[in-house]
Amino acid sequence: MDLLDFARGPALQFALAVFVLGSTWRLAGILLLPRMRDLSPPRAGAPGALAGALGTIVGHLWPRREFVRATLFATVNSYVFHVGLALIVFGLVPHILFIEGLTGLSWPGLPSNLVYAVAAITLVSLLAALVRRVVHPVTRLLSHAGDYVSWALTALPVASGLLAASHLGARYETLLALHILSIAAFLVWFPFGKLMHAVLFVFSRGATGMRFSHRGVRA
Amino acid sequence: MSSTTAAARPPYDKQGDASDAARVAAAMRSFVREFGVTAAVHMEACVRCGMCAEACHFHVATGEARYTPVYKLELFRRAYLREAAAFAPLVRALGLVKAPTIAELERWQELIYDSCTMCGRCTLVCPMGIDIAELVKEARHGMFKAGLIPERLALMDRAARQWNSTATPGEDLPDILAEAAGQHGVAIPCDLPQADMLVTAAPAELGEHTKALAAAAKILNRLGIRWTMHSEGFDASNIGFNNGDMELQERLTRSLVDTAVKIGAHTVLLPECGHAYGAARWEAAKWYGRELPVRVIHMTEFLDEVIADGRLRVNRIGASATFHDPCQIVRRGGLEAAARRVLAALGFELVELQDHGVAGYCCGGGGGVVSNQRAAPLRQKVFEIKRAQVEATGARHFVTSCGQCRITLEQGAQRAKWNVLPESLLELVADHLAD
Repeated sequence: MDLLDFARGPALQFALAVFVLGSTWRLAGILLLPRMRDLSPPRAGAPGALAGALGTIVGHLWPRREFVRATLFATVNSYVFHVGLALIVFGLVPHILFIEGLTGLSWPGLPSNLVYAVAAITLVSLLAALVRRVVHPVTRLLSHAGDYVSWALTALPVASGLLAASHLGARYETLLALHILSIAAFLVWFPFGKLMHAVLFVFSRGATGMRFSHRGVRA
Repeated sequence: MSSTTAAARPPYDKQGDASDAARVAAAMRSFVREFGVTAAVHMEACVRCGMCAEACHFHVATGEARYTPVYKLELFRRAYLREAAAFAPLVRALGLVKAPTIAELERWQELIYDSCTMCGRCTLVCPMGIDIAELVKEARHGMFKAGLIPERLALMDRAARQWNSTATPGEDLPDILAEAAGQHGVAIPCDLPQADMLVTAAPAELGEHTKALAAAAKILNRLGIRWTMHSEGFDASNIGFNNGDMELQERLTRSLVDTAVKIGAHTVLLPECGHAYGAARWEAAKWYGRELPVRVIHMTEFLDEVIADGRLRVNRIGASATFHDPCQIVRRGGLEAAARRVLAALGFELVELQDHGVAGYCCGGGGGVVSNQRAAPLRQKVFEIKRAQVEATGARHFVTSCGQCRITLEQGAQRAKWNVLPESLLELVADHLAD
């Protein structure tokens, strides 16, 4: 078994298993905790819990007017790499073929060169996020080792994918194997660090939306 | 049994004589109890982006990174990861996260008592919508259990445990009310055996702000409501809510509700006090154990209702005014529009602060910070944000609907030698009742 076979085979299978089981375990560990029912009477005319949750899930997609200026860089940069990552993962034809192999789902891909350009922008955006994290006193203080691991394991697949696509630095098969291994590492780490926010943001915003819409506040 | 630290040492106080190990254990036991599903999801969802710093008046006023709201939860987070999270056994076994130490808990006191007013502005900016203020409140429960709260708040706690009020024992209430009634020329019923409405006060209204008490009495008497204050339940400012003393919070909650039930009241009217609203309107049922048998209503809400339905008519003042939105009443209470409708009825031309309504800046004194004298220099820096925004409006009146905010802003103005004093919305209504 060569490196590529190992990456495509056991490594990826192991990573997917950890990803699914770990994420399920973590999510269940949160959602099965005791739930305190709010016994206070709701504000007259307050929307229902689901509408309140949805309001905050959608509302927090962009900062309120008061905070736009202070958070502009982090907000825009976050959008750049989040949208970039989505376009790369779901837009590149080989990725779609891989997902089709796993799930049977398929859709038309984007032109490869466009996705490579997006990947380059995404990488620059991720680097900018890292620089800000290290340089800004607030994010530097808040950051733990896990935050840097999350960053590295997000950036590595993008970087290795670009190298593989451009055949730079080693044989294509080796670069592809490293790219797949970096994705495996991302998947293994996903349940343990803050990457889980990709799932948790819905619950987090939703819980606040429910709590405050009950009070007649659009939080 | 307590020691207040000298200025050069880290600003923390201790209550009781428990050992360091016992304090840490008590805090950890309490922290772990707090993690229901909402607290857990909020602990887990943070991406460490630091945007919450931009919303916090303590960070904005000082630029200090340690005042970043989510950083104030750092020890709580560590307790969660070690004891309650899904991977807690793994975290402990591998020693990935250290348990909080006594020294860390002591240092932490300043971050969650002196530099957080639990105003919740950070929640608005958080991309994950994390309710940091609520988590700080829950973290305070552990700090109280550990005997690690600011001594001034502990002193008030002891008073409230003895008197059900931080201001006065219940048996003194009739005399205080009689004196206020005489001073302001208004009848203030006390300890009536039967009434439709139990009216409550904030501590300051039993001291320097008796005019607010008289204003409420004047309006209630005009409306012909059968109301009373009662020496068994009169102080609505729930100090247990601020301090993290859950037993006291429950006791104070019960004293109001049980007194209302005893006299057959269908409504408990809360004073112009923010934390009273948080504690009684939104949390009382939790401590009471079931839905409340009475309606709890804030003074602003009450004024809005009786003006809207035509029972109370007011004269128009016809000047410009700006309004400070008390956090617990507006951002965390939902009464943004109610206050503005009352201002409109008074004929004010409202000039909004740059940051107003749900996103208004805190006065800097909420969450017990106004009573915590060692936080005064920090509070003063925060005051400057509000002062600048009020001055920018050029409005003739500066109005608010929370007595604690008023005290904080009055103190700030006094120290800054600023001659603008906040006015009470309630008092303005009472002073301009139409004949």
